[in-house]
Amino acid sequence: MGTFLKRHHWVTPLALLTPGILWLLVFYLWPALQMFIASFWHGTLETGFVFSLDNWTNYPDAVGQFAPFYLRSVVYAAAATMTTFLIAYPLAYTIAFKGGRFKNLMLFLVVAPFFTSFLLRTISWKIILGDVGPIIGPLKGIGVLPQDFHILATPMAVIAGITYNFLPFMTLPVYVALEKVDVRLVEAAKDLYAGPWRPGGLIAGGILGGALMGVLGLVFGVDWAVFAVIGAAFGGFVGWFLVSESFIRVTFPLSLSGVFAGGLLTFIPAIGDYINAELLGNPSTNMIGNVIQNKFLTQNDYPTASALSFAMMAGVLVVVAIYAKVLGTEELSAAAARA
Amino acid sequence: MADIEVRLVDVTKRFGDFVAVDAISLEVRDGEFFSLLGPSGCGKTTTLRMLGGFEEPTSGLIELHGQDVTWLPPYKRNVNTVFQNYALFPHLSIAENIAFGLKRRGVKADEIKRRVAEALELVQLTGYEARKPGQISGGQAQRVALARALINRPGVLLLDEPLGALDLKLRKQMQVELKRIQQEVGITFIYVTHDQEEAMTMSDRIAVMNKGHYEQLGEPEVLYERPKTRFVAGFLGVSNLIPVKSEGTADNYAILRLPDGHAARAPRALLDGQSGPVALGVRPEKIRLKARAEETSGQYNRLDGIVRHSSYIGVSTQYIVELGDERQLTVFEQNVERATKAELWSPGEEVALTWLPEHSFAVPDDTGGVVEQTGIAAVE
Ligand SMILES: Nc1ncnc2c1ncn2[C@@H]1O[C@H](COP(=O)(O)OP(=O)(O)O)[C@@H](O)[C@H]1O
Ligand SMILES: [Mg+2]
Repeated sequence: MGTFLKRHHWVTPLALLTPGILWLLVFYLWPALQMFIASFWHGTLETGFVFSLDNWTNYPDAVGQFAPFYLRSVVYAAAATMTTFLIAYPLAYTIAFKGGRFKNLMLFLVVAPFFTSFLLRTISWKIILGDVGPIIGPLKGIGVLPQDFHILATPMAVIAGITYNFLPFMTLPVYVALEKVDVRLVEAAKDLYAGPWRPGGLIAGGILGGALMGVLGLVFGVDWAVFAVIGAAFGGFVGWFLVSESFIRVTFPLSLSGVFAGGLLTFIPAIGDYINAELLGNPSTNMIGNVIQNKFLTQNDYPTASALSFAMMAGVLVVVAIYAKVLGTEELSAAAARA
Repeated sequence: MADIEVRLVDVTKRFGDFVAVDAISLEVRDGEFFSLLGPSGCGKTTTLRMLGGFEEPTSGLIELHGQDVTWLPPYKRNVNTVFQNYALFPHLSIAENIAFGLKRRGVKADEIKRRVAEALELVQLTGYEARKPGQISGGQAQRVALARALINRPGVLLLDEPLGALDLKLRKQMQVELKRIQQEVGITFIYVTHDQEEAMTMSDRIAVMNKGHYEQLGEPEVLYERPKTRFVAGFLGVSNLIPVKSEGTADNYAILRLPDGHAARAPRALLDGQSGPVALGVRPEKIRLKARAEETSGQYNRLDGIVRHSSYIGVSTQYIVELGDERQLTVFEQNVERATKAELWSPGEEVALTWLPEHSFAVPDDTGGVVEQTGIAAVE
């Protein structure tokens, strides 16, 4: 047996891969194929569906009709990925480098929300963000916020929900990457005169913070200039006081693989998400996921729903390919350190 | 040349209750190759890290070139470090690694380029600019780490067991190379190692450390010929140590009585300042073995013994010789007068051990005479 395995060294990997391949075949590829076929159907549930390759026009029809939803999905997912990154990175950094003996506890807390269902968590956000909820209510009561102020049923609420729900998907990969960064490299950088990053940090932090928050303000549909100013002030503060040159030249470049992975793990599910938009948004914040869900389950329009799903999948693949091409190489770390 | 470049005054470092460095005071001269030598865990790295600015002393003072740097962060010290594991930046090319310090200090691009080329030439790695640290060998990584530190022309270069990861042959080669580079650049080196041979080969002076402090500081030959403690005698090479009682003096010699009844002489000055019990020390290669019948000149110390064991090592033969009180001494003989098996001493032969009193040393006998010899494990 031993010599057989040695002589045929492809046997072991094949044996190990078989369960996974079978699983994917049965539960992923087969339904996907079914759906692909359904995207070439024509008809209704009552009259029955007919398959024909001539029905490829399902694609341009569906995509054309729902283009604004695709666009909104991409914008929301991108914005949520950005806010997730802004929250997750300092969090992961703190756990990795300052966690000490609380490291495992903190990691547990990061994934603790997963112990409740996605749906429940999102519903509780509906309560938290509610117009008379525990935050907005009292603030309105004491007059800090105007009476007609609301967050629920705005893009901001949807993006906040996505951010919250996908935070662990960003935090964990970034943590893993940061954890791997050898602190001796940071010491070496300090030994080689890497000190505080001033005034570069002030300028870079200000510009970056201002730009990010400005864009988010635009997406949120609020006064972007106010957001930009707040972002610039905060970014400048962080850049001046907290960011050191050893971080910018060593730690951050070496953690980019985690940022890259976290970005994918957040962006891809976020783009297809419909629960956050459903529960926290309003009809004008609907994403492509809501449309697909509606077509499938309410209208029983399987051909359109399938075409929309497949078009989304193809789109995501293209986006990811470009993303990987641009960001997913080893050269990225070097380029980041050089910049 | 005799300017003091580094000064430690009563430097102590505690980790909780544990004292890693215990009130060390020492001075390192400008341009000196200075080594901290000691067994693992004796506090060498901690001392070096305090010099580099990576640890703050619990108490004490650290001066570099006359300036108090005790509380300065690493990037404000005119000191660079070659780390134990090299700590090369894996995402940067060799050239970028080497240029790192100059860039942080805002040196102009064309000067950086020139100096990187110079540094690469110094460590004989011209042509490796574009490689990544993952694409070079351990010996080359070691040179890059050296170039990356030296290019900044620091006042002091700190090296923490830089050759530890290399194989024996490469290590010997790098020892010579390091010494050459140090002499070429004229920078003060503080070198940490647990390898006594390495420290002896390269250093101008060595501090032999044990349990958070140094037991003796001096030039390699002084440490070897006149160790002041049992620990130093055992850590540098092999020593025979015999507990003795002083029985007065004759001429410039102290008369010492051995447990087996023999008397031996040692220069009187060796006993100056020794109050408690004393052990007489003699290095194995200083002892000559003779036939019992052979006469010995009166200027030699002479003991009688029986050869118990011999091992032929090529350049020399190592004997274990037993004295009357069953105490065993180690003797090395160059294979010159005796070289073939028939000529070598063999177990059971009765011999006389002789050595010049001047070749003796004396250490406080703080074990009560239990251990006769130390450092056998250091023989290669
Ligand atoms: N950060 C630390 N926390 C606790 N103990 C430490 C720390 N660093 C070193 N030590 C202890 O201090 C002693 C000296 O360590 P070190 O200076 O690294 O020794 P060496 O380099 O001579 O082998 C060791 O016993 C080590 O366990
Ligand atoms: Mg060490």
